[in-house]
Amino acid sequence: MNRNEPTALERFINGILPENPVYRQLLGMCPTLAVTNSMEPAMTMAVAVAFVLLSANIIVSLIRHLLKPHLRILVFTLTIATFVTIADRILQAYMWDMSKQLGPYVPLIIVNCIIICRCEVCASKQKLGPAIMDALGQSLGFALALASVATVREILGSGTWFGLPVMPAVWPDWVIMVLPPGAFLTLGVLIGLVNWLQNKKKQTA
Amino acid sequence: MAEEEKTEQVDETPEKGGNYIAQAWLILLLAVCFGASLTGVQISLGEKIQQNKLNETFSQIPNLVPGSDTGEEFEIDGKIIYRAMSGDAQVGWVVPATGQGFADKVEILIGLDTKADKLTGLYVLDQKETPGLGNKIVEEDWQMQYVDKPTASQIEVIKAGSPTVNQIMAVTGATISSVAVTDLVNKTVAEIKDKLASNAK
Repeated sequence: MNRNEPTALERFINGILPENPVYRQLLGMCPTLAVTNSMEPAMTMAVAVAFVLLSANIIVSLIRHLLKPHLRILVFTLTIATFVTIADRILQAYMWDMSKQLGPYVPLIIVNCIIICRCEVCASKQKLGPAIMDALGQSLGFALALASVATVREILGSGTWFGLPVMPAVWPDWVIMVLPPGAFLTLGVLIGLVNWLQNKKKQTA
Repeated sequence: MAEEEKTEQVDETPEKGGNYIAQAWLILLLAVCFGASLTGVQISLGEKIQQNKLNETFSQIPNLVPGSDTGEEFEIDGKIIYRAMSGDAQVGWVVPATGQGFADKVEILIGLDTKADKLTGLYVLDQKETPGLGNKIVEEDWQMQYVDKPTASQIEVIKAGSPTVNQIMAVTGATISSVAVTDLVNKTVAEIKDKLASNAK
C-alpha cells in the first residue's frame, strides 16, 4: 500500500507549515475570510473543523478498502455532512451565542474543501495512524492560519485580543479591519509575507 | 483480498441494473449508521437547544414590547405564545412564528400591543439566509421598520421609494428573504389577532 507515501510524522509536520491548508494550498478561504474578525469565533471555527476533519479522516481511513472509485466522493460528503451536523448541534447546545454569531458558517463546513481534500489525498490511501496525524497537522495549520488573520484584524480593528484590551486607549479602531475588506487586505498581505519568507529561505539555502 | 476481488467483479459489469445495490451497499449502510447516530445526537441535545431558544425568547421580550420586563407562557389553539408583562399588568404579546425563508426555515418573534392593533417589534431567532445578503434580516435597523405598523392592513415590501405606513423596504439583494419574513408576519398576525385581543388581561 505504501508507495513512498509520507509517514505519520511527515503528514503531521507538513500540515502545519510546508503544506499549510490556507497559506500553501489556498484551501478553506471562506471561513478564513468570514469568521476572523476576532479570535473567539475564529478559534471556535478551528476547533469545529478539527473535529470534523479528524472524524472524517478516521472513518474514511477505516473503510478505505471498501471504497469504490466512482462512489468515493459521495462517501466523503456523507461522512463529512454527518459530523458537521453533530458539531453544529453541539455548538447550539453548549455555545448558543457563539453558534448564533457563526451562523451559516458552521453548516458550511460541509463544503470546506480542506476536509474533502484530506480524505482524498491521505485518508483514502493510508492507514489509520498517518490519517489521524494528517488530520491533526492540517487542523493545527488551519488553526494557526485563522489565528494569524484574526489576531491582526482584532488588534487593529477593535484594539483587543480574545476580548482583552491590548492597544492603548487612544488607539483609533480601524473599523475596516472588522469589515469584509479587512479580511481580504489582511489575508493578501499575510500570504504575500509567507511567500516572501519562503522565497528568501530558498535563496539562502 | 476478498474485498478487492469483489470490487473487480462489480466493475466488469457496471451496466447491469442489479449491480446498483451491490455497488451502493456501503453508502446505504453508512447512511443508516449516520442517520442513527444523528438521531442519538438529536435526542440527547434537542432539549438543551430548545431551552437555549426559550431563554433567548424570554430575554428578547423587553425589547419586543416596550415597557415589559417579563414573559408569561400562554396557549392558544395548542400554540405557545407569551404575554409581555410589566409587573402584574399585561403590556403586550410576543408570538413566535416559523416559515420558509430563501435558504432554510426562518424563526421569528413578533411583538404586539395588548389589543394586537399594532406591531411593537420583530426579532429573528434563527435563520440560515445567504451571508451578506439575506442574513441582514437579523440587523436591528431593518427589524425596526416593523415597529408601529398597524395590523389592520397587510404589510407590503417595496424595493425602492419611501415606504408609507404599511410598507417596509426590502433588504437590497434579498427580496425573497424580506418578503418571507413579511409574509410570515402578515399570516401569523391575521390568524391570531382576534384571539389575542379577546384574551388580553
